[in-house]
Amino acid sequence: MTLVAKQGIRRSGSSDRRTPIYTVEGLRVHFPITRGVMRRIVGQVKAVDDISFIVYRGETLGLVGESGCGKTTTGRALLRIVEPTGGRITYTPPDGDPINVRTAGRDELKAVRRAARMVFQDPNSSLNPRLPVGEIIGEGLHYHGIARGAEIEDRVADMLRRVGLRPEYIRRYPHAFSGGERQRIGIARALAVNPNFVICDEAVSALDVSVQAQILRLLRELKDEFDLTYLFVGHDLAVIQHICDRVAVMYAGKLVEIGPTQSIFATPRHPYTEALLSAVPRPDPRVRGTGERVRLAGEVADVSNLPSGCAFHPRCRYATERCKTETPQLRPVGEQMVACHFADSLTLKGVGSYAA
Amino acid sequence: MIDQADIDTPATAPKAHAEVEHREQYAGQWTLIWWKLGRNKVALFSGAVVLIIYLVAIFADFLAPFSSEHYQGRYAYAPPQPLSFFVQNEEGWRFQPHVNAYTTDIDPVSFRRTFVPDPEEVVPVRFFAAGETYHLLGIIPTDIHLLGPENPRDPMFLFGADRLGRDVLSRTIHGTRVSMSIGLIGVGLSLVLGIILGGLSGFIGGAVDTLIQRIIEFLQSIPTIPLWMGLAAAIPQSWTPLQVYFAITVILSLIGWTSLAREVRGKFMALRHEDFVTAARLDGLGEMVIIRKHLVPSFLSHIIASVTLAIPAMILAETALSFIGIGLKPPVVSWGVLLQEAQNIRSVATAPWLFLPGAAIVVSVLSMNFLGDGLIDAADPYGN
Repeated sequence: MTLVAKQGIRRSGSSDRRTPIYTVEGLRVHFPITRGVMRRIVGQVKAVDDISFIVYRGETLGLVGESGCGKTTTGRALLRIVEPTGGRITYTPPDGDPINVRTAGRDELKAVRRAARMVFQDPNSSLNPRLPVGEIIGEGLHYHGIARGAEIEDRVADMLRRVGLRPEYIRRYPHAFSGGERQRIGIARALAVNPNFVICDEAVSALDVSVQAQILRLLRELKDEFDLTYLFVGHDLAVIQHICDRVAVMYAGKLVEIGPTQSIFATPRHPYTEALLSAVPRPDPRVRGTGERVRLAGEVADVSNLPSGCAFHPRCRYATERCKTETPQLRPVGEQMVACHFADSLTLKGVGSYAA
Repeated sequence: MIDQADIDTPATAPKAHAEVEHREQYAGQWTLIWWKLGRNKVALFSGAVVLIIYLVAIFADFLAPFSSEHYQGRYAYAPPQPLSFFVQNEEGWRFQPHVNAYTTDIDPVSFRRTFVPDPEEVVPVRFFAAGETYHLLGIIPTDIHLLGPENPRDPMFLFGADRLGRDVLSRTIHGTRVSMSIGLIGVGLSLVLGIILGGLSGFIGGAVDTLIQRIIEFLQSIPTIPLWMGLAAAIPQSWTPLQVYFAITVILSLIGWTSLAREVRGKFMALRHEDFVTAARLDGLGEMVIIRKHLVPSFLSHIIASVTLAIPAMILAETALSFIGIGLKPPVVSWGVLLQEAQNIRSVATAPWLFLPGAAIVVSVLSMNFLGDGLIDAADPYGN
């Protein structure tokens, strides 16, 4: 059985109760460009520009796009690591009132950051080399006021065991571990405070392929064990297809397409998604050369100076005059939501034919 | 695509070589720095020299044969006497530390007195000899000196004597105190200023950062010698030597803090956006806790290394100030003061031993620099 089919089954199981856990409406993260001594604002870097999506309880939502498309910034804005400049972010705890993350005060924000955690991309820079792993993992327990003293140590040892490390490692320092093991420590830190939402920010991108598979498997096991919801930020479509129930595709700070993984991969509706999918390497020699590679012309759009109309139009092979003037809105097409004027009429190639 | 075989490998894979325990795995930052420094023999040796110099400063009263004021006018400009340990008499060799006394020649033309060591006349010398009284460490009253003539009125000038017949060795040892401590205290003050102002600059950023950085640039653009001269001239003549000493320290550190502040600011800025600091913030740590627990330990070793390199600069600055006569003044004894007394043609021509305090400066500055370089190399044990 293929992975996609497997995920189809799991998705239908979890989508019965479509309760939102994180709702993002019109999120904007703009950075001012200043010049001169007086710090005159001469422009805006629109890292994230008016994106909306909902993460449902129990699912894994993938957020993909090229480097610089704003996917990491989006993930960080959800926890206010970067301050959003506009829009609304709502976190809905399983038992309680929704919290407006953008206007949350200190204590409310702390509560959000306890329930929603982050696994970082680079396990080398996200672990302080000067602290033993026990202290790194236990930090959240202590400062979120969950446990004290010896209890912290017990819970850390338990966490280490759950992520597949030996509890005796508690007094070791990060430099004593390999990259994969360090990422396990990062995962243990995220999960130690018993969250229900985890943002995996390119959590496996820095790892070897063989280690990637182990970590993905671990993440999937932990998801069931802790009843988690994931927002999986990444650029590796193979990984995304493997782990995600739904996928959101970003281009130049905007959401261009969102929908169930299977239908996005089988029938992409946005030309950019098609181009991304055609770039996925195919390890099976029998299908090598059968697919047409969509080569994108030009560079990724400059988010400080976006093209008019559809930001993708200078690189799109289907672009018309309308694309240069009119900005397409995200609208439902089939199972997906697509921001393209011609989403209904274009027939785009996915990878479904071979993955199915 | 991810291979099915890979996915089926157990999630609890990393256990293969876990059985081999290495002490490195349990070593914290300071242990790693110590190990790395231990591999640098030059730095270790310099560190030992620095330690000895500071011990000399602490126990100066005991180590110096005489006090810094002790003089024997008859022996003005007496040359250094070599210390010997054995005397030969009719019974053979006998252990008796001694120096040879002088005979005085008077040049019939210039009437200048010259001293010639007299091999016949032995001045017995003993270890732990009773001499002038002093308070060891400022508390314990005693009169024991490490080395002294058996008869306190006998001459013993291992480094020679100056124009008043004072022992250059004793004065150099006593000068260690002021010269080495002015570096420490001055750098201490610079460090406080540097960490506070540099920390504010790096942590708050924005207008505060701009203001502090412009002040630093302004201070660094002023030529140091005229600035010192101006500030030193402002010290009232009526101040006691101790007050002058502190005033000079403050003057030196007012300029010295700038480079430290820059360094602290740079570290703050680089570390603030490290993922582990973000992770700590998500773990619910307040900003002050993050600074104390994550930021300061991350740059403390670098700061210690740059402090080690800042001390010799302070020592040299004090020496320079005193040498041109605007720093410390007699009766305070520092290496700079001693060198200032040596700056005349007679010293250069006939009493070169008056420059021996200069050798003390060179040795201490060099060893501090080598130690500082070693510390800088060892300060980040995690880089490759």
